[in-house]
Amino acid sequence: MWQVTKQDLMDLAVGAAFLGTGGGGDPYVGRLMVQAAMDEGKTVTILDPTEVPDDVLVIPTAMMGAPTVLVEKIPSGEEAVASLRRLEKYLGKKAYATMPIECGGINSTIPLLVGAMTGLPVVDADGMGRAFPELHMETFSVLGVRGTPMVVTNEYGDCAIIEARDDKFMEWISRGVTIRMGGAAYIAEYAMSGADVKRTAVPNTISLGIRIGRCLREAKTNHENPIDALLKMLPQTLYSYGRVIWRGKVVDVQRETKMGWVLGNAKIEGFDGWKGVMEIQVQNENLIARVDGKVRAIVPDLICIMEAETAEPITTEYLRYGQRVVVVSVAVPPIMRTPKALEVFGPKGFQIDEPYTPIEQLA
Amino acid sequence: MIRIGIDVGGTNTDAVVMEGERVLASYKASTSADVTSGVSEALAGALKQSGVPANLIDVVALGTTHFTNAVVQRRDLIPTAAVRLGLPATQALPPMVDWSPDLRDAIGGHFYFAHGGHEFDGRPITPLDPDELRKIARDITKKKIRTVAVSSVFSPVNSEVERKAGEVLAAALPGVHITLSSDIGRIGLLERENAAIMNACLMDLSRGVIEAFRNSLEKNGITGRFFLTQNDGTLMDAALAERFPVLTFASGPTNSMRGATFLSGVKDGIVIDIGGTTTDVGSLKSGFPREASVAVEIGGVRTNFRMPDVFSIGLGGGSLVVDGDDGVTVGPRSVGYRLTKDAHIFGGKTLTTSDIIVAAGRADFGDRSKVKHLPPALITKTRARIMEMVANAVERTRLSPDPLPVIAVGGGSVLVDTKIGNLDVIKPKHFSCANAVGAAIAQISGEVDRVYRLSNSSREEAVADARERATQAAIAAGARADSVTIVDIEDVPIAYIPGNATRVRVKAVGELAL
Repeated sequence: MWQVTKQDLMDLAVGAAFLGTGGGGDPYVGRLMVQAAMDEGKTVTILDPTEVPDDVLVIPTAMMGAPTVLVEKIPSGEEAVASLRRLEKYLGKKAYATMPIECGGINSTIPLLVGAMTGLPVVDADGMGRAFPELHMETFSVLGVRGTPMVVTNEYGDCAIIEARDDKFMEWISRGVTIRMGGAAYIAEYAMSGADVKRTAVPNTISLGIRIGRCLREAKTNHENPIDALLKMLPQTLYSYGRVIWRGKVVDVQRETKMGWVLGNAKIEGFDGWKGVMEIQVQNENLIARVDGKVRAIVPDLICIMEAETAEPITTEYLRYGQRVVVVSVAVPPIMRTPKALEVFGPKGFQIDEPYTPIEQLA
Repeated sequence: MIRIGIDVGGTNTDAVVMEGERVLASYKASTSADVTSGVSEALAGALKQSGVPANLIDVVALGTTHFTNAVVQRRDLIPTAAVRLGLPATQALPPMVDWSPDLRDAIGGHFYFAHGGHEFDGRPITPLDPDELRKIARDITKKKIRTVAVSSVFSPVNSEVERKAGEVLAAALPGVHITLSSDIGRIGLLERENAAIMNACLMDLSRGVIEAFRNSLEKNGITGRFFLTQNDGTLMDAALAERFPVLTFASGPTNSMRGATFLSGVKDGIVIDIGGTTTDVGSLKSGFPREASVAVEIGGVRTNFRMPDVFSIGLGGGSLVVDGDDGVTVGPRSVGYRLTKDAHIFGGKTLTTSDIIVAAGRADFGDRSKVKHLPPALITKTRARIMEMVANAVERTRLSPDPLPVIAVGGGSVLVDTKIGNLDVIKPKHFSCANAVGAAIAQISGEVDRVYRLSNSSREEAVADARERATQAAIAAGARADSVTIVDIEDVPIAYIPGNATRVRVKAVGELAL
């Protein structure tokens, strides 16, 4: 059990942007909200999954919708707590802790805000091990925890309680609700026991985000190459392999807020000996990177676009023409690469007609 | 073509006269409290030295750190009301939430939430409530606030509500200045709102300063076109700069870096520009300042302007030196333009870095006999502190261990030695006027902002058309055709207009045809 410091928050904002692989929303807004709560004297306590008793209730909280909406329509701040309280009432049981469903992007910070506002501890784990665009793309769901009942709340306090035949249909219905709510809403879902947390979650991903941010920050202070430092640090975690797959200049960004997501693609013209144009397909997150039609990295492995020199991760909404970037791909933990997991959030889950090939084998 | 470049810093005002690539004359004057007389003196001095008659000057390009310094030093800022439309959304993070408290205090920290704003698809979040705005206006009147910044959720997608709110407030607040966020920034509510608030709080200063510049030109008989340099290093018309002073932010560093590469011939290196109040450190890549990638902080405020990645510290030739219990402190306060009155070497009573450097025999200006009494230990300690500050700033900017040269420019560069750490320091000819040279050779831009209906053309065709139009606009404005490049393309699909439309913004930039 440990308390989040302001420096941790700063590092997490960077690390979560990296794990967001372009999507998940800029953690900056989430960081500011947690920071504002901490400035008022509130604290955030983090629990290791092993510290959570088996028989308690954990209710994860998150934001859903388009990151391009979030940078404009900032929440009122009450939405996610309202969802959690509504779900407690529906289940007739109090939550022992909250937890992220997604460790990439702003959803690494929403549970921290809920923790600060309610006093509930936050479990250091999540169900995506990165960011994904859809709510059924969870190790929780793959391993048998149900997403429903789920609560969706907006800034007015309007809320919907969703029961659905499966988690994919939960996603489908809640996405519709979110669009009606203006493209961004706040949710509580995947309520589960402490035992299920230990069985189904990707562990220690909040602390991973902090470690990534800290690694990049310290490398810059010591004038080491931050990307090299990161690729050296990652194998000490569950994310055992990573490498640079492209260097170049952004020459085209096509982006559309549609059906509740940001859909689009980016073209990066190679430099420093990288010849050709890399094309990255985006659905909130970077899904697949190709050069001349040949796959260089593919979901669920991470595809992260970073500023070429400062190694700042660049989210989809801030990607723009002329930026000089490095593209890094990282292997996800084994729990996310099982055949059952790949059915849900491998290429097939995104209607991409390519087989999944681990990044280790795409050299 | 004959051009004058002027740089108005907090301490010095420099002017250069250039014909093509040749610097005909350069002149350094002190920045005056009224700004006008300093600019007039520099202009007259440079013109006289060059022998060029005033009526032959085609273009005057002026760069100024005046507005940036005002924010950095929290002075000449007027109390401002921030009005944000979007209730009940956005309350989690009120306007100015991430600002340094002292800057927020300097402009009063007044903000109001109101209904209004749009969803991403152009639907209203809540309808605008004119009565609510009039009530806010009454409170603004009561607080005697004379400048207002209005921001609205998704105003870059649909600025209608923001404009209407501006009209309601203008009608209720006669004589009050109103800045609309959609006139300044792009997507990103907090950053766009920050820029709008900073713009509004600079309004008094901007009106006074631009008017003063105009008077100086007139007095010297100059009739050429008058531009200011903006944050991306290109020129903007003075009338536009008067309404949007925030767009001149960080033009100083761009000018000095472009001037430094022009004067030294070094294409890759680190530039330190030491003025009277601040030192800016940035890195040059292929002759251009390295751009900040995501968000840039100015005076502790996050913005999303396109600007060079520059690190600034409060060190300059006018920085105050205080020998206290915890050792010597240098800056961030500076005597600024009062250097020639307040510093010891000019008969004043304030100890500045200039006094120390003259006492050390590293420079010769003012009256050296006035600093004879300074203890050698203080001189040594202060110089060590100065070099430590500069070295730290250079280290922060350096992104690789490669031994790049450091180009030192600006009037205050007498403060530094010939080596910073293991890096060689180059001081090119005309080094003290590099900013003015950079302004004189500033680039020309052409911009296009159009809505294309995609029913009869593809997105690719629309973007290609906008690129061509922007390129032609830059050439028409005086850019050399073979140097024009596209620096920014943004297309925002407009979901709420039936028939699939997209708004395309393209900016093309080129070298001035000399």
